[in-house]
Amino acid sequence: MPVVHVSPAAAPPVLAPVPPPGMPVLSIDHLSFTYPDGHPALHGISLHVKRGEKIALVGPNGAGKSTLMLHLNGILRGQGSILVAGLPVNRANLPLIRAKVGLVFQNPDDQLFSPTVFEDVAFGPLHMGYPEADVRRRVEKALHQVGMQGYLERLSHHLSVGEKKRIAIATVLSMEPEILVLDEPTAGLDPRARRSLIALLRSLSLTMLVSTHDMRLVKDLFFRMVIFDEGRIVADGPTDMLLEDAALLEAHGLEQP
Amino acid sequence: MRADLFDRYQARASLVHALDPRAKVVMAVLFILSNVLLPDGAWAAFLISWGAILGISLLARLGPGFVVNRSVVALPFVLAAVSAIFSVPGRPVAALELGAWRLLVTEAGLIRFASIVVRSWLSVQIAILLTATTHFPDLLHALRHLYVPKMVVAVVAFMYRYLFVLADESTRLLRARDARSPRPEGGGGLSAAWRARVAGNMVGQLFLRSFERSDRVYSAMLARGYTGQLLTLNPHAMQAKDWLALLLLALFSVSIQVFSRL
Repeated sequence: MPVVHVSPAAAPPVLAPVPPPGMPVLSIDHLSFTYPDGHPALHGISLHVKRGEKIALVGPNGAGKSTLMLHLNGILRGQGSILVAGLPVNRANLPLIRAKVGLVFQNPDDQLFSPTVFEDVAFGPLHMGYPEADVRRRVEKALHQVGMQGYLERLSHHLSVGEKKRIAIATVLSMEPEILVLDEPTAGLDPRARRSLIALLRSLSLTMLVSTHDMRLVKDLFFRMVIFDEGRIVADGPTDMLLEDAALLEAHGLEQP
Repeated sequence: MRADLFDRYQARASLVHALDPRAKVVMAVLFILSNVLLPDGAWAAFLISWGAILGISLLARLGPGFVVNRSVVALPFVLAAVSAIFSVPGRPVAALELGAWRLLVTEAGLIRFASIVVRSWLSVQIAILLTATTHFPDLLHALRHLYVPKMVVAVVAFMYRYLFVLADESTRLLRARDARSPRPEGGGGLSAAWRARVAGNMVGQLFLRSFERSDRVYSAMLARGYTGQLLTLNPHAMQAKDWLALLLLALFSVSIQVFSRL
């Protein structure tokens, strides 16, 4: 995004209090949400995620997975409570929450809105208030994590879909979030790009919440699976166990890999 | 559609490319201003200006014909100045009868029209030179440095970023329409009015899709901490060569103004 000189008197970096150990990194309790047009999207969702867990959210289209994700960083606000690393998601905490929850949208074109890759990846830390040297360091680190080191000065609209998806993840990693939330990361990717994205996700040690239809991805990478249907959590347990229950999967629009 | 269809930047290793973008923007504006202030009929001065543009073009390793080729697209807009032929008082050269009106073509009017054409053409060439030698993101930075309001620059940046996406969407809409537009044998088909309505609906669709996309982009910006203040980093610093180039151009503009009035 175009440029304003970062003034030295700018706001100090947004830093959150350190959460006590053992506390779940994400606690959702009885979350309900209805769209303004009256369409009910979520009914009493409760979910607790420990640090380092990788969870797959699966379910048919329209089940409420994306709606839930938009609640995690306060873009949508419903009834019930959401705690991110002990912090309640409310208006006052939004800047802190948005630094802790890295949300990667489905369409990378929506996520990459700056003229160059550098500016996109720098957007997060810059708005958190970090000084220039720190921002540059974070950008380099994030691009290194996704394996796109040489892409600093490239224009976002020159990249292929696979490259865009990786940069989109980098834009969020530069904020050093506590939890990475991805909406359909492998949708629309060819097998090679898909494999390299899976390798990338495997290499990241963050807590992860991924919404996907790709059951093979779920089997490969996620030890815990949560099945959604019509705004409710229908099942929540170890992936291996749930994947063996063909009837359960069929009933909720899924299939065995 | 190729991603670089709208990119005007030509990457070269030249002196002009290496100048600070701020200096280039100011020089371009100064040059255009100088052209505009030249009096009507100052053909020698126009020629010298064009020579300068050619010179800069060669210095930027773009070749002599590059800028001229691209400038042709702007010529039709000059037709807006046609009224100048009839409105300047002076020695009449010919007369035109249009219904009840009698329009007088004057010599001074013709000279003015020709001068406007030449001035516009030169200004367009300068703009093309600027965009060909300056990376677009740098151009945006330069505008910000020059105190162009944040919102204006932001609008330009978003437009540039999503122009290609918009073009893609409209291509898709057009393809969908073409796939459902058979023509019966022997010609015929529906009226132009109906087709115009369909085109109108498509434009509406495009607007709606863009509007919804803007919502998603806004969510993405919120998700990365946007609170209403747009921030980025400033990597540019003016060096001696930038000031020198600026000075040279200022001197050139002043001397050509003096020369044209001798």
